[in-house]
Amino acid sequence: MRRLWIGLTVAVFSVLLIIPVIRIAMGAFDEGWGGFARGLARPETLHALYMTGLIVVIVTIVNTLFGVMLSLYLVRATWLGNKVKQLLNSIVDLPFAVSPVIGGLMIVLLLGPETALGALFNKAGINIVYALPGMIIATLFVTFPLVVREVMPVLQEIGSAQEEAAATLGASAWTTFWRVTWPSIRWCVVYGVVLTVARAMGEFGAVLVVSGNILFKTQTATTLVYQDVENFNLTAANSIALVLAAGSVTLLLLMEWAKSRREVH
Amino acid sequence: MSSMLQGRWWSWGFRSTVMLYFIVLIIFPIIGIYGQSFSSGWAAFADNITEPLAWKAVLLTVKLALIATVINMFIGTMSAWVLIRYRFPGRRLLNSLVDLPFALPTAVAGLMILLLLGPRSSVGGLAEKLGFTILFHQPAIVIAMVFVTFPFVIRAVQPLLEEMDSSEEEAAYTLGATKAATFWKVILPSMLPGILSGAMLAFSRGLAEFGAVVLVAGNIPGKTLIASVYIFGEIESDNAIGATAVSVLLLTFSFLILWTVNYVQMRRKNG
Repeated sequence: MRRLWIGLTVAVFSVLLIIPVIRIAMGAFDEGWGGFARGLARPETLHALYMTGLIVVIVTIVNTLFGVMLSLYLVRATWLGNKVKQLLNSIVDLPFAVSPVIGGLMIVLLLGPETALGALFNKAGINIVYALPGMIIATLFVTFPLVVREVMPVLQEIGSAQEEAAATLGASAWTTFWRVTWPSIRWCVVYGVVLTVARAMGEFGAVLVVSGNILFKTQTATTLVYQDVENFNLTAANSIALVLAAGSVTLLLLMEWAKSRREVH
Repeated sequence: MSSMLQGRWWSWGFRSTVMLYFIVLIIFPIIGIYGQSFSSGWAAFADNITEPLAWKAVLLTVKLALIATVINMFIGTMSAWVLIRYRFPGRRLLNSLVDLPFALPTAVAGLMILLLLGPRSSVGGLAEKLGFTILFHQPAIVIAMVFVTFPFVIRAVQPLLEEMDSSEEEAAYTLGATKAATFWKVILPSMLPGILSGAMLAFSRGLAEFGAVVLVAGNIPGKTLIASVYIFGEIESDNAIGATAVSVLLLTFSFLILWTVNYVQMRRKNG
């Protein structure tokens, strides 16, 4: 019985997770090292990887800062009523339920060139939709809950007694945060950050809608994979996919590490 | 005194910035899309929803997401059980692989399925010989959905299995219950809340999935066109009203699921 269940589980994991990753790696080297290198060295690939990297860095910094602060407010703030906190708390998760395509559509509807806001920005010389700002906003929207959801439970668990003690002893809010709160939440923040990086790197639907997928301008690594597949350029698609998959596996290892640290502290 | 005032000013500034960010980023877009879809009145909204292709796409999405969820309930529960209860070489590796679908870009996932099941691959060729095709047909969509929602059930069941008090199980054995009876009467009921909440999250993610599906579905209207790809098509052809109508339908559905899961989890914590 036991053997059967273990065997079945290993089979499911192999078919669903392990073999596909190996297949991508094989596909990337279909035409040997040359094909892989050619796929990656194309100028559009380099530009797309650069765009993805830029978005990941900006989105991760912004959402980590705001995510940590919002979790502090939602758990600790006395200036928010309990009902308001509950309401905000249930709203935080909404991006999880929104299809990425719909997330992109929302931003086009609010900030597209035909809307009042979009026209206003356009006059000021800033394009939002079909340009980098829109892609960043879309990714911010999609990744917003990740840090908050990791940090909030820990803040609730550790309670506010230590922080109050620090404040009573005369520590400023800043000192209290860095000396008392931060050490207990930092591994959760790291975990949330890794999740945010993974999601921002892999975001496809929302970015595709908002960016218009313009070559050398708004194309990201994932939308280039999509376009290469549509153009039957499978080796190139595989090369980029392999780079992205390698990134994901690295992030997965980081996640494991952050998890083990989190359990220690 | 002045430093206190400064401190207050600072914290007020922080509070308003964070709250403003939250409202502008999350709440505005959602209100915007609901407002937009009803901007031309109920009749136009109803027209767009009852458009046969839109309706078919939504129904197809619900059907396929349900199938994927049921599959995940089985393999997820089994995997969670094996990973927690049994010790075997490679267990830790499998346990960390569970999260791979969350870490992997969905477009890459779509490409993987495309390569593995395509007509030139061995699996695709075998299926072809047996008289059916997977790629660009409904099975491919189900496979894509199973892949991207794979971690949900496992991650929801694992903590419950870890917490489970083994004394209940032992009591059942002592009282002469068979292994099967113990499983159905003792173990399964305590896993059930996890299976259900994981399944609901998987279902809502399956409804929303785009990246993995768009590459493998073939997107034939009425046959393999799911709701999110339909919405994408409407955006591409500049029919914003049609896109928002289907979006609102899908969103409302997903929000209801999400809030049900949150409500159930909160009641479990408090009770």
